[in-house]
Amino acid sequence: MRRRLRAAISAGWWEALGRLGLSHERWTALPTTVRRAVKAVIWTGISLLLVAFLGVWQWSALPMAAVVLVLVVPRYGGVTIRGRKVGRYIIPLAVLAIAITYPFYAYSADGVSPGLPQLPIFGTFPLMSTMVNMGIFSMMALGLNFVVGYAGLLDLGYVAFFAIGSYMAGWLASSQFSQVNIRFGGIGVIQGLTGIHISIWLVLIAAGIVTALAGVIIGLPTLRLRGDYLAIVTLGFGEILPIVARNGDSLGGFNLTNGTGGITPIDPPGFGNWFHHHLGLPANYGALGTTFDRDYFWTVLVLLLLTIFCSARLRDSRLGRAWIAIREDEVAAAAMGIPLMRTKTWAYATGAFFGGVAGAYYASYNGSSNPDEFYFQISVFILVMVILGGMGNIWGVILGACFLTYLNSEGLNNIGAWLNGHFGPGGSDFQIWHTPLDVPLYNFGIYGVILVVVMLLRPEGLIPSRRRAAEFHEGVHDQPLYDAAV
Amino acid sequence: MATHAHTEVSLRRRRSYSSYVMPAVATLLVALLIAWLVVNFVKGPAYFVTIGFIGLTNGALYALVALGYTLVYGILELINFAHGDVFMLGGLFSATMLLSVFHLHAHASTLALVAAIVGSLLVAMAACGILNAAIERVAYRPLRGAPRVAPLITAIGMSFILEDVAIGWKGPGYTAVPSLLPTGPVFSVAGITYTWEKLIVVAITAPVLLLLVWFVKQTRQGKAMRATAQDRDAAAMMGIDVNRTISFTFILAGALAGTGGLVYALYFGQIRYDTGYQIGLIAFTAAVLGGIGNLPGAVLGALLIGFIQSFNEGLLWHAPGSDWTESIVFSILILILVFRPEGLLGERTPEGA
Repeated sequence: MRRRLRAAISAGWWEALGRLGLSHERWTALPTTVRRAVKAVIWTGISLLLVAFLGVWQWSALPMAAVVLVLVVPRYGGVTIRGRKVGRYIIPLAVLAIAITYPFYAYSADGVSPGLPQLPIFGTFPLMSTMVNMGIFSMMALGLNFVVGYAGLLDLGYVAFFAIGSYMAGWLASSQFSQVNIRFGGIGVIQGLTGIHISIWLVLIAAGIVTALAGVIIGLPTLRLRGDYLAIVTLGFGEILPIVARNGDSLGGFNLTNGTGGITPIDPPGFGNWFHHHLGLPANYGALGTTFDRDYFWTVLVLLLLTIFCSARLRDSRLGRAWIAIREDEVAAAAMGIPLMRTKTWAYATGAFFGGVAGAYYASYNGSSNPDEFYFQISVFILVMVILGGMGNIWGVILGACFLTYLNSEGLNNIGAWLNGHFGPGGSDFQIWHTPLDVPLYNFGIYGVILVVVMLLRPEGLIPSRRRAAEFHEGVHDQPLYDAAV
Repeated sequence: MATHAHTEVSLRRRRSYSSYVMPAVATLLVALLIAWLVVNFVKGPAYFVTIGFIGLTNGALYALVALGYTLVYGILELINFAHGDVFMLGGLFSATMLLSVFHLHAHASTLALVAAIVGSLLVAMAACGILNAAIERVAYRPLRGAPRVAPLITAIGMSFILEDVAIGWKGPGYTAVPSLLPTGPVFSVAGITYTWEKLIVVAITAPVLLLLVWFVKQTRQGKAMRATAQDRDAAAMMGIDVNRTISFTFILAGALAGTGGLVYALYFGQIRYDTGYQIGLIAFTAAVLGGIGNLPGAVLGALLIGFIQSFNEGLLWHAPGSDWTESIVFSILILILVFRPEGLLGERTPEGA
């Protein structure tokens, strides 16, 4: 059905172009680079026109379009420097450079830079706080990708690891346990403040390790379940932990989590005065105020790069190949001598580790860890990132995470404002509804639509991992070769 | 269907170890639970029984929802995550029917009450049945040949979509249903009171359950359902229209959810977009506890969960209280899935390893 529709559209398209003198044969006779260039120029031109007529035009759109063209049109795969193949690093490095410099061109000294164009419907470019959240959620999505993408285990309780990491930061870098007074490089701690205040960098590592241990503890009894049973058990853990956090203000009279109020304030990250004076590193991220979370953003970029590095290296390691083997056929993998339980537990622990680090950083960034932030929908939110981007593909997962985080923090608001401005009460074009639509209220329904549509139409995601796509389209041995019922 | 032998290589050591320790721990836990119940009973027998009636009522309600999970799991081996939300929409349908179509109010005559309830019940059953079958057609059927987690993921997506349909329809707040059922006592003996509203809940639930059992055991369509559940390919070869049977199962499950929604709206009096998620997970736990795929098991599990919930929230002597109800239910879910995935009455499935 879909294939026939696509063929019909394509035939009509070439029919029309043929009238203009560009037949299919002449087009395919052109060199590939020229065809890529023509297509890219057409798409960029359409985008620029959309920005000009539906968004807010700024001349800076032109250099942006030029950068996109330079990145998209040539094939960098074969580029070598002194005989070494470096081609596949060019685009990631360019994207990284664009990301690192984002605070400079998107923000001026007194706020959001007016020099950037505004996209149609989506509006302004993301705020710095959104960029920080994008980095944090990319880390979490990559962590979940170890479990869902590589090992093929559905985890519906990933928020539990996020919560553990967040509360680790709350316990080790705040005044929650005022009975004791332990200090080790805590930032922004005034004289006479009690509680445990440990440098946030150590807390990140500790949170990762503790969360990984929690992953092992949760994983050992549950990972021998298969498929959807495992999903439900993880969901159970993901539900229990936030409840414990919510009711944990008097566990046998001991205030562990401060209940619904959450733990606040949590120390911000920073390097302290010694590093500030000798190496020029920022002393206290929290005290900077007007630099729009710049340091938080660069730090999360570093953390994200480490996560990407670990993801890529682990995927290609012996362990990573064992994960993929288990995903494709558990029985065959076991027959080849892969220890199932140990391999799965490693996937769980690794995924949990990055979830914990991200959670601790999130808590430190927000200055609080609150039980209301850890509910089932967040687990699914992170799962949508992985599924939309492409299970098992690092770049796809990051793309999905950035896009969905943007939608959740700003995008839906902007889209709602645009819709209400054009079709809502007092709208400029023509009025369709009479009370303003609250688009962000429907965020999870929108993610639900994304889940269903992606699973039905493109289960391998936006940027598929080639191997995963083959599994979805050709089936795995787990499944019957034909379905008599259909 | 995935029915291949699961590898036992890495599990053999665990099995022998757990075969001694786990029964001992389980026995100890059950003994503690019974001791706790006995002490509570001795401290206040009449109160205990009254709390027990609440548990029975809740359990009857959970049974309606749990049966929907079990029916669908039995035939497709799919956890229909959206089922709880179909139940919630059933509650909203019923509330709308009762209040806006039949214009019921608290002082309506008995005849009007019965007519309105039966009318709303039929509408809610039909609407939820059709909705459930439509969900199956759109979100699950195209994924029959895909990996097992794919339909589960679309089920979660459908669950979110249905919740937002409810938000768009009724808003994010509670939809209130004024107390329409009579709340007077049916009997009051030695301090034990049993009220009419609880009796009515059971009186709606029990016939529906009996009807379902009769249907699955006795009719031709029920036989087709059981055959499809047992072996879909063989059933197709025997001339059973498998797709139609599956659709029919979803209609049946949806109708049960619709009944549950009506009962919930009448008994608890308020319903909201996320009610289905909470009740759905509790009911799913009940289905797993009884042995998923097993109809009497679902009812047994639902009654047990109902009693556990009411005793936990109602009893006075060392009860954890309502803050911990969800934790207890999910702990039961995890423990059952990990240590006895076949449930109380079920048979071993490949999932359980």
